Amino acid sequence: MNLLETHQLNKWFGGLHVTGNVDFALKRGEVHCLVGPNGAGKSTFFKLILGEITPNSGNIIFDGVDITREPSYRRIGRGISVKFQVPGVFPEMTVEHNLIVALQRRYTNVQEVQAHVNRLLPFLHLAEHAEQLAKNLSHGQKQWLEIGMALSLEPKLLMLDEPTAGMTPDETFQTGQMILDLNKEGVTVLAVEHDMAFVRQIADQVTVLNYGKVFASGTIADIENDERVIEIYLGKAHV
Amino acid sequence: MKLSNLFSLLEGPQTMGRGKSFWSTAGVLALLAFIYPLFADGYDVGNNVYFFNWVFMALGLSLIWGYGGILSFGQTAFFGISGYAYAILSINIGAEYGLTWLALLLGLGVSALFAAVLGYFMFFGRIAGVFLGIVTLSVTLVLERFMAQTAGPEWMIGKARLNGFNGMSGMPPLTIPWFGQDIVLYADVTLYYITLSLLILVYLGLRILVNSRFGNVLVAARDNPLRAEMLGYDIRKYQLGAFVIGSVLAGFSGVLYVSWGQYITPSNMGMTAAALPVIWVAVSGRSDLTATLLGSLVVLVGFQTLTIYGSQYALVAMGALLTLTVLIAPNGIFLSLGQLLSRRKATRNPAPQS
Repeated sequence: MNLLETHQLNKWFGGLHVTGNVDFALKRGEVHCLVGPNGAGKSTFFKLILGEITPNSGNIIFDGVDITREPSYRRIGRGISVKFQVPGVFPEMTVEHNLIVALQRRYTNVQEVQAHVNRLLPFLHLAEHAEQLAKNLSHGQKQWLEIGMALSLEPKLLMLDEPTAGMTPDETFQTGQMILDLNKEGVTVLAVEHDMAFVRQIADQVTVLNYGKVFASGTIADIENDERVIEIYLGKAHV
Repeated sequence: MKLSNLFSLLEGPQTMGRGKSFWSTAGVLALLAFIYPLFADGYDVGNNVYFFNWVFMALGLSLIWGYGGILSFGQTAFFGISGYAYAILSINIGAEYGLTWLALLLGLGVSALFAAVLGYFMFFGRIAGVFLGIVTLSVTLVLERFMAQTAGPEWMIGKARLNGFNGMSGMPPLTIPWFGQDIVLYADVTLYYITLSLLILVYLGLRILVNSRFGNVLVAARDNPLRAEMLGYDIRKYQLGAFVIGSVLAGFSGVLYVSWGQYITPSNMGMTAAALPVIWVAVSGRSDLTATLLGSLVVLVGFQTLTIYGSQYALVAMGALLTLTVLIAPNGIFLSLGQLLSRRKATRNPAPQS
């Protein structure tokens, strides 16, 4: 069964048709990347799934339930979790406290929360920064912290909006390994990403969006050999 | 939740001050406050309860604005609602059998209800930022205008005349039922001890609240509302909760003020009155309860002293103080001083590496 499906999803901003009849399916357990040129509607698609904006028509089905009209916090409660493009951490709180705020959604017992913090910190390469204020972290570390916060909800679906933006090549690779480790534990991942090397590292499936429509879909090999995708997105230099 | 867990929340990342040195200093300050009446004239002690009365409202605003990021100009609205409610109720039901406490509770209940309704429309209507300030300010000004036009004899509720801009008086102070004869809490030493104890309890209770899960989410929603919501919290509920609690504390100030002075006028809800709590809290350090508590007391005493020696300049001085704060210490003077102190201490005795 698919974990996430959208049926004929449409969103207009005034006269601008930003998402056009998007039919999309995400299988349970896969790592799926969304790629496409700037303005292709990737972020809008994310916002629609998260409930930041509501579609003009169409349906969003998550885990067998129609969530099209549900408020965001309820979708999160169903097992969707997100890492934003611009790191969304709480700047005035310490790294540890950021995780505590996220963990308290599921756990009320103080000892249990602490145990999860202690487990997450090394996984996020942040064990030595636990007492630091989040605003003092490097950009890459903020990204990791936010991935950790998203994970604290123990989601079925982890949505990552450009998880490696602004990262060094080394950090990018480590992030890829992090995502693959999570996927092995059973987390389904949907990521918007521009870095094709990174997409190759993690993706089982790739969907290309263009002008708000699904342009192509398949494995990374299918996509990279698709003449039309090369034309609109990857560029001739890619081949 | 276990009691020990509750006490452990007295300290936490959301409140300045922890460990032996903080609590022993706090203990000494509390002790000084408790023994002060032994060395002072009873009349002065009773007068000085006035300062404590206002601090509840300041602490409430610290919760709403400092921790919740919701700038409310409406503390005076709830001050007035509860104050008038107490006046009307206590005049009607009298002071026997400790019924004044019932008037107090009902007075606070009216504020809670009003704050819940107003807050519901504000937060669930997704009003945010500066508009919250505008709405709450409008509410208090409307209430002031309304009460000011109730001077006529037709404005009676039971035995209580509202008296318009002349203000209401003649309501009984709080009483404690006692064998033989009730203890009437006039502005005197007994009232001083009761108000001081209530203030300490409210302060400690708020410390626990802001360090709890509720406080964590409230601060998270202030710093990054979208992220907080995308962690699965319905932040509107937390903001509404903070708004109601903070407003009830303003109502508590109102009741204590009316009971202490047996007088309330619509100007208690006016423009000047509405601006003052914002100034106390901004100057003190809105995002910390201790800074708000101590800072507000100092500013209140300073303001009162200025009023005595030249009333027309007191408000100008307040405005200047606010401007200076915004320019020099935007987080508040007392909070900045406190942070400076704790940083100094930290560099002198560095924490052991773990």
